[in-house]
Amino acid sequence: MSMDGKTPSPPVTVIRAQQSLQGRWQELFAYRELFWVLAWRDIRVRYRQTVIGILWSVLRPMLTMLILTLVFGYFAKLPAGGSYPYLLLVFTGLLPWQFFAHGTADSGNSLLDHSRLITKIYFPRIFVPVSPVVSAFLDLLISLLLLAPMLWWHGQWTGWRLLLLPVFLLLAIILTIGAGTWLTALHVKYRDVRYVIPFILQIGLYLAPVGYDTDIIPAHLRWIYGLNPMVGIIDGFRWCLLEGRSFHPDFLPGMVAVPLLVTGLGLRYFQATERYFADIL
Amino acid sequence: MERAAITVTNLTKKYRLGARRTGGYLTLRDTLSRPLHQWFRAPATAARQLAALQDITFSVGEGEVLGIIGRNGSGKSTLLKILSRITHPDAGEVVLRGRVSALLEVGTGFHPELTGRENIYLSGAMLGMTRRDIRARFDEIVDFSGVETFLDTPVKHFSSGMYVRLGFSVAAHLETEILLVDEVLAVGDLEFQRKCLGKMDQAARSGRTSLLVSHNLGIIKSLCPRTLLLDKGSIVRYEETEPVIRHYQQLVAASGSLQPGHWSLPADHPASRSKAYLLDMTVRRPGERQPQDSFLNSDAVTISFTVQATQRLQRFTLSMDLLRGHDPVLRSRQVDTTDRDTLDAGEQVVFECTLPAWLLNAGNYSVRPILSIHCVETLFEDPDAVVSFRVAHDPSRSAYHQVLHESNHPGAVFPSLSWTVYHNDPT
Repeated sequence: MSMDGKTPSPPVTVIRAQQSLQGRWQELFAYRELFWVLAWRDIRVRYRQTVIGILWSVLRPMLTMLILTLVFGYFAKLPAGGSYPYLLLVFTGLLPWQFFAHGTADSGNSLLDHSRLITKIYFPRIFVPVSPVVSAFLDLLISLLLLAPMLWWHGQWTGWRLLLLPVFLLLAIILTIGAGTWLTALHVKYRDVRYVIPFILQIGLYLAPVGYDTDIIPAHLRWIYGLNPMVGIIDGFRWCLLEGRSFHPDFLPGMVAVPLLVTGLGLRYFQATERYFADIL
Repeated sequence: MERAAITVTNLTKKYRLGARRTGGYLTLRDTLSRPLHQWFRAPATAARQLAALQDITFSVGEGEVLGIIGRNGSGKSTLLKILSRITHPDAGEVVLRGRVSALLEVGTGFHPELTGRENIYLSGAMLGMTRRDIRARFDEIVDFSGVETFLDTPVKHFSSGMYVRLGFSVAAHLETEILLVDEVLAVGDLEFQRKCLGKMDQAARSGRTSLLVSHNLGIIKSLCPRTLLLDKGSIVRYEETEPVIRHYQQLVAASGSLQPGHWSLPADHPASRSKAYLLDMTVRRPGERQPQDSFLNSDAVTISFTVQATQRLQRFTLSMDLLRGHDPVLRSRQVDTTDRDTLDAGEQVVFECTLPAWLLNAGNYSVRPILSIHCVETLFEDPDAVVSFRVAHDPSRSAYHQVLHESNHPGAVFPSLSWTVYHNDPT
């Protein structure tokens, strides 16, 4: 929208009962600034009125890391699978997991949290579940900055494999956006979702190889285990960051196909139901 | 006639009534069990539908300012929500020529934790402004709102007046061809309302097409040359404002609903079977007949209640609560100052109470009566039985009235107390 007052031919909007997909992308593009403003707001607001502020982004993964290391590495004495301390195994698994968990939870509740906005103002609804993923991603980046000196201290250098890290990051982002979008659209209609999300994330922490290495999974179960997309993504993260690990192609189908499928179906469901959000919210 | 900026054709919107169960939303269990229910139940239990809008057709010319009026539930807000694309129609078509900005609520998108400055950018972006637009008009927005001192304070610490002013200021500086406004002028102090009206008027003059939904007939009359009257989801009348407003008033009077400063019991209200009930109540200036709903603080306000008794009553008490917004100001009972506390069967009695001049502060007040047998039983109490009125500062009376206009004077009352000033002589 320009400042030059009246343009000679203003845009024409047609509203019909049947929605058309025409002009959807142009619309998203036209509103792109709002997307960044929403994400900026989420980040701005998150640690307002907290004493230690942004430190929470660091403290949460650190404390979880210590506890998981204590339980799995020290008490249960599970193998770390390489020349690095158990702590690093846990932390490299925790980063993608916490991104997925926080992103999905915030995104899955987002439409309800913004019900006042949605019933009072029009803008592309898809921004609502996607913008929390941006702030979860920022947390992930902060944690990665924290991880770098830890890797260096323990002499971990994987060379070219580091360059593949963005691929796994991208898969995690796609999965999180898809799951969050689907859940939040379902949430508008079925309030059960509020109880389902924490439950899934809680058991997910143990079903995904966050506190342990994928090597402890019996070989004949690996293909089922790998259907959980976070298994392949976490394993890939470790492969990129830690020395002496091998890549597991048996996780590939789950970690590529599932995120794409979830996102495809999630976006479709969202787009099919979004016109009624304001009526049911 | 000039080109149409808004063309609405056969627009229909229905809400399903039956589907809104368990507090307005479904649970998964409902969905899973529904096929079962339907199997066992008679087939003809289609959910009841409420047509919020039914086959509406009209158009608005470019640069026109159109008022939309109608009683509660007539479909006004639904119409605005469809035009602003918040909700979708079930049938029909709308063509909008130009960018649309909708003001359905003041301060839309404000986040309480963010500062005034941050919220200007946030709210502006939500209403469709770019950062460049906002930066270019930032000073103007702040100036108009009059909250520059608090620009870096989180808006959760704002008074409601400041909040509203900042919200309206952002919206008022949008540069779109079509402006949709819903009741926003009902908030804020009088001075700011006047400012908003000026801004709306200016917008209209600059050739923007505006749609204004309001209950305030005065505002409609002063801003909109033409008005659309909706009732039960259909257009009743669409022409010059004067006759439409008269039509609306007839509609309201016929339904026994409120006119300014007046309330009367709707026909066949269940209360008419009670031992005593309220027939009507009015607010007016002492000695005048015509009910009023706006007063100056230099006016006295007379509130009268007509009570119908259906049997002989003793220890009858009428008490009245006066509220300012939602805050109670006072409660007063007739038994405290009169000795009339018996009513005869079939008798109609008028109780009148006068609030003296120079008592109330500026603001919106409402009166709620309760009829009872003293300490024994309540005879009549109805949340709908309310008359509201508004008090403004009399600008001619105080040299410092300007100050009062600028900021809301705190407190529910603003009585004229006696002050003495004298020179203090230490000897």
